[in-house]
Amino acid sequence: MSNSHRTASGGRIDRTRSVTFTFNGKSYQGCAGDTLASALLANGVHLVARSFKYHRPRGILSAGSEEPSALIQLERGGHTEPNLRATQIELYEGLSAASQNAWPNVNFDVGAVNGLLSKIFVAGFYYKTFMHPQSLWMKLYEPLIRHAAGLGKAPKEPDPDRYDKMHVHCDVLVVGAGPAGLTAALAAARTGARVILADEQNELGGSLLTSGETVDGLPAASWIAKIEAELAACPEIRVLRRTTAAGYYDHNHLTLTERRTDHLPRGAAPHLSRQRLWNVRAKRVVLATGGHERPLVFADNDRPGIMLAGAVRTYVNRYGVTPGKRAVLLTNNDSAYAAALDMQAAGIAIAAIVDVRTAVNGPLAAKARAAGITVLENRAVVATEGGKRLTSVDVMPLAADGGGVVGMARTSIACDLLAMSGGWNPAVHLYSQSTGKLRYDEAAACFVPHKATQALHCAGTCNGRFALPDCLAEGVAAGTEAAREAGFTADAPLPVPRAEADAEEPLRPLWVVPSTQLVGRGSGKHFVDFQNDVTAADVLLASREGYQSVEHLKRYTTMGMGTDQGKTSNVNALAILAQSLSAPIPQVGTTTFRPPYTPVVFGALAGRDVGELADPARVTPMHRWHVENGAVFEDVGQWKRPWYFPRAGESMHDAVNRECRAVRNGVGVLDASTLGKIDIQGPDAAILLNRMYTNAWSKLDVGRCRYGVMCKEEGMVIDDGVTTRLGPNHFLMTTTTSNAAKVLDWLEEYLQTEWPDLRVHLTSVTEHWSTASIAGPKARDVVAALAPDLDLSADAFPFMAMKEAVVAGVPARIFRISFTGELSYEINVPAYHGLRLWTEIMKAGAPHGVTPYGTETMHVLRAEKGYIIVGQETDGTVTPQDLGMDWIVSKQKADFVGKRSFTRQDTSRADRKQLVGLLTQDPTMVLPEGAQITAQAGGTVPIPMLGYVTSSYWSETMGRSIALALIAGGSRMIGQTVHAPLADKNVACAVVKPVFYDPEGVRLHG
Amino acid sequence: MLLIHCPWCGPRDEIEFAYGGEAHRVRPADPSALSDAEWADFLFLRANPKGVHRERWVHAHGCRRWFNVERHTVTHEILRVYPPGAAAEPDAAVAEAQPPQASQQGVRS
Repeated sequence: MSNSHRTASGGRIDRTRSVTFTFNGKSYQGCAGDTLASALLANGVHLVARSFKYHRPRGILSAGSEEPSALIQLERGGHTEPNLRATQIELYEGLSAASQNAWPNVNFDVGAVNGLLSKIFVAGFYYKTFMHPQSLWMKLYEPLIRHAAGLGKAPKEPDPDRYDKMHVHCDVLVVGAGPAGLTAALAAARTGARVILADEQNELGGSLLTSGETVDGLPAASWIAKIEAELAACPEIRVLRRTTAAGYYDHNHLTLTERRTDHLPRGAAPHLSRQRLWNVRAKRVVLATGGHERPLVFADNDRPGIMLAGAVRTYVNRYGVTPGKRAVLLTNNDSAYAAALDMQAAGIAIAAIVDVRTAVNGPLAAKARAAGITVLENRAVVATEGGKRLTSVDVMPLAADGGGVVGMARTSIACDLLAMSGGWNPAVHLYSQSTGKLRYDEAAACFVPHKATQALHCAGTCNGRFALPDCLAEGVAAGTEAAREAGFTADAPLPVPRAEADAEEPLRPLWVVPSTQLVGRGSGKHFVDFQNDVTAADVLLASREGYQSVEHLKRYTTMGMGTDQGKTSNVNALAILAQSLSAPIPQVGTTTFRPPYTPVVFGALAGRDVGELADPARVTPMHRWHVENGAVFEDVGQWKRPWYFPRAGESMHDAVNRECRAVRNGVGVLDASTLGKIDIQGPDAAILLNRMYTNAWSKLDVGRCRYGVMCKEEGMVIDDGVTTRLGPNHFLMTTTTSNAAKVLDWLEEYLQTEWPDLRVHLTSVTEHWSTASIAGPKARDVVAALAPDLDLSADAFPFMAMKEAVVAGVPARIFRISFTGELSYEINVPAYHGLRLWTEIMKAGAPHGVTPYGTETMHVLRAEKGYIIVGQETDGTVTPQDLGMDWIVSKQKADFVGKRSFTRQDTSRADRKQLVGLLTQDPTMVLPEGAQITAQAGGTVPIPMLGYVTSSYWSETMGRSIALALIAGGSRMIGQTVHAPLADKNVACAVVKPVFYDPEGVRLHG
Repeated sequence: MLLIHCPWCGPRDEIEFAYGGEAHRVRPADPSALSDAEWADFLFLRANPKGVHRERWVHAHGCRRWFNVERHTVTHEILRVYPPGAAAEPDAAVAEAQPPQASQQGVRS
């Protein structure tokens, strides 16, 4: 295979395995082991993207997860994924990728006109330009901005892949498998501690894969292989490759995202989940996350062909790629010299090393000079040329203080590659997420870990120790100490592997490289944040405009707010801010580091909790019958409840009206199994009920039922239901369907924390029973057919009584309670007999025309009777008195939960919203629920709102619409007219008592 | 996500628990004896310290038992876990309690 920019040999790629891929529709060849970035560079492709705001041509800056520029849309259809870093995409056969933010294509991009308008796209541009009128924001400005400035496109199809999650504990989690991480993991694992080693790359080794240094007398690759083998022999080690530690949370909880199949052709491993989210709880964490090289900020520092020096070294050494034929290096530190030497060895002509420092005489510089490389001291690159690819750079001598250049004469050096190094930042992202404090290291000009707040150790470059021998030593120390703190020690300590490093000369910070014009003047742009197109001029402008806090600067300029979170830009930006304020850098400080370290796909966060597993559905034992008989379902909490049972050709309105008529005139049956049921036992059970309900319970006879309302301490209704005394010390409480768990929690809380002396036990029995509610004038006939031995006369089995009997051959509890206002029996059988009970009711009821009805009919019927539904007529601000239910609030009981609050000023107000009925003047008009109520029709806004409609239905029984509403002072407004101003008309309503049907309750007691 | 030591089940993830607000707010034995201001204080006013906070938690998805926790609201360090009804440490002792050394924080084994 031949690539125009591939070395003859070397690197960790497999030259025998050619991989075909397409980029922007054109076919290319790469090698197994390439990333998309290295394969493109091997083919001489630098122009891969257009920038966010100005649509400037952009190339590949880095070789890792810090990449701000080379953002790629990978694949198409359901597999497509935007904003991926080309530097992290492992090449696979058939890979298809495309540039983003370019139209019609990356070579000819119409949006590049923005570059010409750059004088108006300054910091705070959106805030300044799109201020007025506000009404245009949603319609015009935002869509316009979103179209013009953008990243990739989200997939429109469902995600075809599976994802899963793991929850694990370990003694020591080591993040990063470079020299420090490898030695830390081995030192810890040798003790027998449970160790997890995670690294975001496809192979272990970290910086050694780039530098190729010698360790313990072995070439880097051999040493890495030896350590891997030693790790594998440890009893409790788990090595996770292609795994990014995305977040560091409280108490040493970290999330890792493992990419299991992203390096394979799409669909090639259907048996594997695509990604796995690891939730790790570690006793100790070792952060060996390495560092990121800083770009230098000089005029037009963003052209394709301008790269980080360390990245060029990685492409040369690890991937066998020469990103250019003739290179210039621009540096303020020694690390670029090592890069230059490796580049030269790979066949890249080194035109010059331009060093901003004066008198560079360290061992690395000596080696460079010995290799014949020209070193230009005290000089800087002040301009670059080249449209879609760098063609030359201009070099000028620097003034002594670095604040300007000397003279006007420039030296132009032709080159197609500029490798820059502005020093290195430790990757303190996870450390900072853990809330650890940072310290500014003046010598290395970077922030380093200072004071940890969680149980962690930093090692190596992450800790500000850049040289290989230091990394190896710190790794061993951190791993050993972490294991010891977790309770593990080794028989023999791990010796620190031997390595050597050249002594390095001090770095010279030069946060903005000067030129003949002031920053912001002329056409040159000094990019700080490559992803969000933030320049040094933007930072300075923001500072002048008063955005002098680094957090303000970030939000005003959007610096560091891209998907890269400013890995290559933050320190440069805050240093430039500090310079403009004449403040020391530590005083300016950093912005807050937040998870995730690199973007995490939503699929990994969701795991298997998608589709029907997103939220469990609860169904009753009768569910199958409902489905077979055409029920339309309604979600009530997690329950699937039949909403109505339409017959062929019936609308919902028709079906509900028919069901209502059946219950009022004949007999209907409702699946009421979902009602919450709490079994309450113990000698003090009645005392508990007395304290929790507003009414009295001590004198309730065994076999009798009572309705109760429960309030919070502030007097607001939280639930209602019927409770039955099954025995002297035994009650069965029912709750509303959606509040069952909440009420149980509420009772438990009081039992455990306020009244632990009460001898009461609570058990949820909601799912132990199936319940069918038979209601209507003919209900007694149906129950009689099912339980022929039971005396159903009103005297023997009155309203609000409970009987145990055999129903349809099954032992059952029958409660004569009603939510419809009709004669009604709720039959409870053990859950597994539920379907049988239901089918037997349908059989026995057939001669009487028994009609299954759903929750909608139940709602209409109860509203006709003025029965409230908690959560519909109440919203947490409604007292029993507001509901007109003073009768249920005991005057005799000394105390119960909520009682004291009924005499609070607020609950005694006469203008509280109170429950009333509303009858529209036009009886066919059904008010929308939630409609506001006003005293007058029309008027000028704002019109005082008296309250709102809580329930509203067509009442087939009454032959007209009915509504319930909460209205300020409503109980004193009976007979008055109020108004519901709707969008298209005003509806006049009479205020009535909230009982529309059978107010005497004759039918109920029949 | 905090790691909370349930006194009955041991260390478990925070998602298994529900928060119950400030601890040691005992419901008055006779609320009717309280003035409106005193009752309002019981109903609505809670401490929100920067520092050590005594608070209630319930192991909602575990043993379902309530207990008390002393937590530092800045570092989230959990200093002590104790059953309901047990007395709190004297305020002075809490105020003097220093967060443990960095290497000890976060994990209590």
